[in-house]
Amino acid sequence: MSATATTLYEQLGGEAAVNAAVDIFYRKVLDDHRINRFFDHTDMEKQAAKQKAFLTMAFGGPNNYSGADMRRGHAHLVKMGLDDSHFDAVMEHLTGTLRELNVPQNLIDQVAAIAESTRTDVLGR
Amino acid sequence: MSPKKITTADHEIVCQEGESVLDALLREHIDIPYSCKEGACQSCMIRSTDGAPPTNAQKGLKDVLKHQNYFLACLCIPHEDMHVSIGDSPVTFTDGTVTGKELLNPETLLLTIEFDEPLDFYAGQFVNLKRADGLIRSYSIANNRVHAHKLTFHIRRLAGGRFSEWAHQELAVGDKIAVSDPQGLCYYLPNDLEQNMLLVGTGSGLAPLAGIIEEALHHGHRGEIHLYHGSREVDGLYWIDEMRQLAKAHPNFHYTPCVSRGDAPAGITQGRANEVALAALPSLKEWRVYLCGHPEMVNQTKRKAFLKGASFQNIYSDAFHVASSTLE
Repeated sequence: MSATATTLYEQLGGEAAVNAAVDIFYRKVLDDHRINRFFDHTDMEKQAAKQKAFLTMAFGGPNNYSGADMRRGHAHLVKMGLDDSHFDAVMEHLTGTLRELNVPQNLIDQVAAIAESTRTDVLGR
Repeated sequence: MSPKKITTADHEIVCQEGESVLDALLREHIDIPYSCKEGACQSCMIRSTDGAPPTNAQKGLKDVLKHQNYFLACLCIPHEDMHVSIGDSPVTFTDGTVTGKELLNPETLLLTIEFDEPLDFYAGQFVNLKRADGLIRSYSIANNRVHAHKLTFHIRRLAGGRFSEWAHQELAVGDKIAVSDPQGLCYYLPNDLEQNMLLVGTGSGLAPLAGIIEEALHHGHRGEIHLYHGSREVDGLYWIDEMRQLAKAHPNFHYTPCVSRGDAPAGITQGRANEVALAALPSLKEWRVYLCGHPEMVNQTKRKAFLKGASFQNIYSDAFHVASSTLE
């Protein structure tokens, strides 16, 4: 592999980028009345750690997520009525966060495509 | 760098040169949660039980976790042999003697237990108290480290609470009781004396907070310290005079007692302690926040404090889960 073939995760700034993104992203999510009820009974500190893992994956970094984990992890939310509109809202906050961090559009598109690929598992379809 | 030995409770494995502790554990099929392998998700956090781990393996961890030698297995390339603990370590008990029983209000007992040997604890941590028949309950430590031979607790009497009823009515001065090692991560470290602090507690949630405040003032904390203590009615509050005196003695300490039901008498604020606090403080950016008491209050306030600018790194909490409802 050549030295220039860096991963998307590295291009975005690795762990530091994940840390910066997690705070901005979560403030957006918890401020959004369309979706914040899904977090009413969540321990936010643990959730923030999970979110870091998610963003690491969305950034194309190394990860251990499987579709089965995504299904299991969101099944209780699907029971609460989680649907495409909520998934869209989260996508909106994810891309909004990256824009706020001045990430170039072509990288945002790549992150969005990775996150989008989890939709069927997250919604349990 | 030669291979290093990693010892866990049940295994002894070898970490090859340049290999992370996580990879070594996984290679040996030792069960450990992990996800990103990059130090981001923190799911592979474990603890070194024989000294400080390499500093770079503690990147991004909360100060109290670093202080207790937790580290991320995925970032840890050991410099030397290590003993590590994965998951919860077994709890050991020491016998103490009850030396004081005093009521703080009609439902809260101030219990003092003394020990022959000094204890290593931090105000705000909790211990498990074990009755002779094995019944165990967790209580927060209410005093600071200066009193190393002594622990005090605020034990709220609960309707049908087997332990608290017994502690209130039967446990007597002079009795022996088994006390576990101190546990928990809701405590004060004097690593930033200028940082402003918000402390919100309901009911006997004042116990750990009072200990934390004493500890902070003992270290000469210079940032503003705001304590909001809440109860449904005035009867459920305690140490009002003590806290007022403390506030008089330390201009950077501010105390606001709150009642959530009915009219508040003069000097007491009407409203839920957490709501009063969040309404009074414009921003919590860079603040340290301590929350103790009712789980719902703790969870909600954690979120609101975060939305008001506090980072999760700076929010410490201890939710009091109880098996029965409080006395009304």
